[in-house]
Amino acid sequence: MDAILLQILNGLDKGSAYALIALGLTLIFGTLGVVNFAHGALFMIGAFCSVTLQRILNLSFETVDPTRTDFLGNPAVIKTPYVIDWFGESTGAAIIDWSVPLAILFAIPIMLVIGYVMERGLIKHFYKRPHADQILVTFGLAIVLQEIIKAFYGANPIQTPAPEALSGVVEVLPGILYPAWRVVYFCFSLVVIGAVFAFLQFTTFGMVVRAGMADRETVGLLGIDIDKRFTLMFGIAAGVAGLAGVMYGPINAPNYHMGMDFLVLSFVVVVVGGMGSLPGAVAAGFLLGILESFASMTWVIDLIPGINQIIIYLVAIIILLVRPRGLLGRKGVME
Amino acid sequence: MFGLQKKDTNLLLIVIALTMLAPFILNPFPTDSGLAQFNAGYPDLMQRFVIFGIFAIGFNILFGLTGYLSFGHAAFLGVGSYSAVWMFKLLSMNILPAIILSVVIAGLFSLLIGWISLRRTGIYFSILTLAFAQMSFALAYSVLTPITNGETGLQITLDDPRILGISQTADGSIPVTNLFGMEMRATTDLALGAWSFTFSMGYYVCAVLMILAFYMSIRIFRSPFGMMLRAIKSNQTRMNYTGLNPKPYTLAAFVISGMYAGLAGGLMASMDPLAGAERMQWTASGEVVLMTILGGAGTLIGPVLGAGMIKYFENIFSKINDNVLHTWFSFMPDGLENLMVGILHPFVGKGWHLTLGIIFMLVVAFLPGGLVEGGQRIGRMFGRKKPTDDTSAKTEPAE
Repeated sequence: MDAILLQILNGLDKGSAYALIALGLTLIFGTLGVVNFAHGALFMIGAFCSVTLQRILNLSFETVDPTRTDFLGNPAVIKTPYVIDWFGESTGAAIIDWSVPLAILFAIPIMLVIGYVMERGLIKHFYKRPHADQILVTFGLAIVLQEIIKAFYGANPIQTPAPEALSGVVEVLPGILYPAWRVVYFCFSLVVIGAVFAFLQFTTFGMVVRAGMADRETVGLLGIDIDKRFTLMFGIAAGVAGLAGVMYGPINAPNYHMGMDFLVLSFVVVVVGGMGSLPGAVAAGFLLGILESFASMTWVIDLIPGINQIIIYLVAIIILLVRPRGLLGRKGVME
Repeated sequence: MFGLQKKDTNLLLIVIALTMLAPFILNPFPTDSGLAQFNAGYPDLMQRFVIFGIFAIGFNILFGLTGYLSFGHAAFLGVGSYSAVWMFKLLSMNILPAIILSVVIAGLFSLLIGWISLRRTGIYFSILTLAFAQMSFALAYSVLTPITNGETGLQITLDDPRILGISQTADGSIPVTNLFGMEMRATTDLALGAWSFTFSMGYYVCAVLMILAFYMSIRIFRSPFGMMLRAIKSNQTRMNYTGLNPKPYTLAAFVISGMYAGLAGGLMASMDPLAGAERMQWTASGEVVLMTILGGAGTLIGPVLGAGMIKYFENIFSKINDNVLHTWFSFMPDGLENLMVGILHPFVGKGWHLTLGIIFMLVVAFLPGGLVEGGQRIGRMFGRKKPTDDTSAKTEPAE
C-alpha cells in the first residue's frame, strides 16, 4: 500500500512539471493556434532566471581584514555580498538562501516581456502560414534561445539549491517520507494552474479570451481587439512555463538543453490531453506522470522490460490512434 | 538521357561533376596558407556530406512532395546502422550485403511505423513519428542492449564469427570494411604544387550511391507517382473526391524515404563500423529537417545543398576560434579589432549552432524555398542566367 501511495506521489510530482508546461503550450495553441516548439526554451529560460537572481544576490564586494591571514600569510580578503551589507547578517543570508522562491517574483515580469516580444516580433507573422512553418520557425527559435543561454552561462549545469528549510524530507502521510521541495513543487503547480483557470473563468478579460478561443471572428465583430488580449495570453503562457522552470531548478540543476528534453514530452502530453483543451492538458500531465512512475516499479519492469522508458510514448500512440482528439479534445480543433 | 528531360539531365551531370571532382573543389586553398582551415576536402567530411545528402534527399521525397513533416527519421538511420554493423559482425566485412540489409530492415521498419503514423495528418503525424523515434531511442539505450550494446554502441570485435570472412587479420587486428577487397579506408594523395588532394575509396563509394539516389529522386519527382504525392500536398480532400486513396501513395513515399535513411545509416556504418543510439535521438531527426528546409524542400538539389551546408558549418565553421578572428582583423587598430572579435565571438566556434539557428529562422521566414529559392532570386536579379547554375555556383563549398 505504501509503495502504491509513494508511486502516486512520485507521479503527481513528475506530472506537475508536465502539466505546467502543457498548460502553457495549450494556452498558446488554444488562443493563437500556433504550435510553439520554443516552449521548452521558455521553460529553460525560467530556470535560468533563478540562476541569474542567485548570481545577482551573490554579487559581493571585497574587504581586506588585516587581523586575519589566509593560508599563504597574506591579509585575508573577505567577500561580503551586498545584500548582507544592506540588510544585515541574518536577513541578507536568508534572502540568499531563499533565492529560488524569490526568483518567482523576478521571473514573472521577465517572462511576460519575453513572451510579449516573441509574439509581437516573430510569431505574429506566422498566423497565416501552415503549421509546419510555425513548427519550423519556433524550432529555429528554440535553438537560438538555447545557444544564447549557453553563450552566457556555459554548457555545464548550474546548481540552484532549495532553501535550507525546504531541502529536507517531510512526512506527507503517516509513515511516508518525501523530499520537501517536491511537495512544494506540486503545491506550487496546483496554485499556478488554479490561478490560470481562475483568471480565465472569473475575470472579464478571461471571459473575452475564452470567447475568442471559441469563436475568434464573432468576438472581433463585436468590436473587441482580440489580438491584443491573445498577445497577453502568450505572455502569460510564457510566464507559466518560466515559473515551472524556476521551481524546477532545485530538482534538476538547470542546463541549456533542459528545454529540449522536456519539449517532446510536453507535446505528447498536450496531444494526449487533446489539442486546445486546458483541463485536458492538466489532466493528461498528471495522468502520464502517474503512469510513468507506476511503470518504473520493479515488478512492472520485471514483467515488461523497458516499459518505464516508453510508457508515455506508447500511451500517446494508442490515444492518438483510438481517440484522435485526445482525452478531452474539442471537435474541430486541428482536424 | 537516362529517361530524363534536358534540364534534369544537366542538373544530374552537374551533380555528378561536382561530386566526382569534390576533392579538388573542396580544397581550393593551398595546404600551407592561412585559409587552409576552410578546406573541406578531407575524406571523413566529404563522406559525411554525401551520406547526409542521401539522408536529406530521402527525407525530401516525403516532406517536400507530400508535405508530411516527420520528426522521427533518425530512427531509420539508426536501424540501418545497427543492421549494417551486425552484418559486419556475422557475415563478412564486405559492405554490399551490409548496405542491402540495412536498406531492407529500414524499409520494413518504416513500413510498420508509417502504416500506423499515416493514419493521422498534420501535427498529429509529426508527434506520432516523434513518439516512435523516441521510443526506439529509449529502447536501444536500455532494453535492447543485447542487440544494440546500449550506451557503448555496437562495435565490431576480434571474436565476431564473420562466417564468410575472417574474424581477424593475419596480424591479429580487426579487418577493415571493404567492397570486394577494395578497402574503404584506402586513400591516394596527390600533390600539385602547393595543393594536396586526397582521394578516398570510401568517399567515391558513397558518392556513386548518392548519385544513384539523386537520379532515383529525379525519376520519382518527374513520375506520375511523384505527381500523386504533390496532389496529396496541395489538396488531399480533393484527391479523395476524385476517387483516389492517398494512403498507399503516402505510405510508399514514407517507406522510400525510410529506405534512403537506412542506406545513409548503412553507409555511415560502412565508413566507420560502429553504431550508437544517439543517432536515433529526435534532435538528429531535427537536423535532417533543418537540412531539407535550409536547402529548399520540394526541390531536387536543395536537400543536398542543405546537408552540405550544415555539415560544413558543423565541421569547418566551428573551428574558427578567437585566435583566427584576431588574425583576420589584425589590420584594424587594437580597440576596433577587439570589438570586432567580441561581436563575432558568440557566432563562431562553439557558437556555430547560434548562427545556424538564426540562418534557419531567416530562411523559414523569408525564403520558404530555401537556398534554391534564394539562388533563383539572385539569378533573376542578374538578368537571365539559368537558376540551377547559379545555385550550384553560389553554394559550391557546401556541396
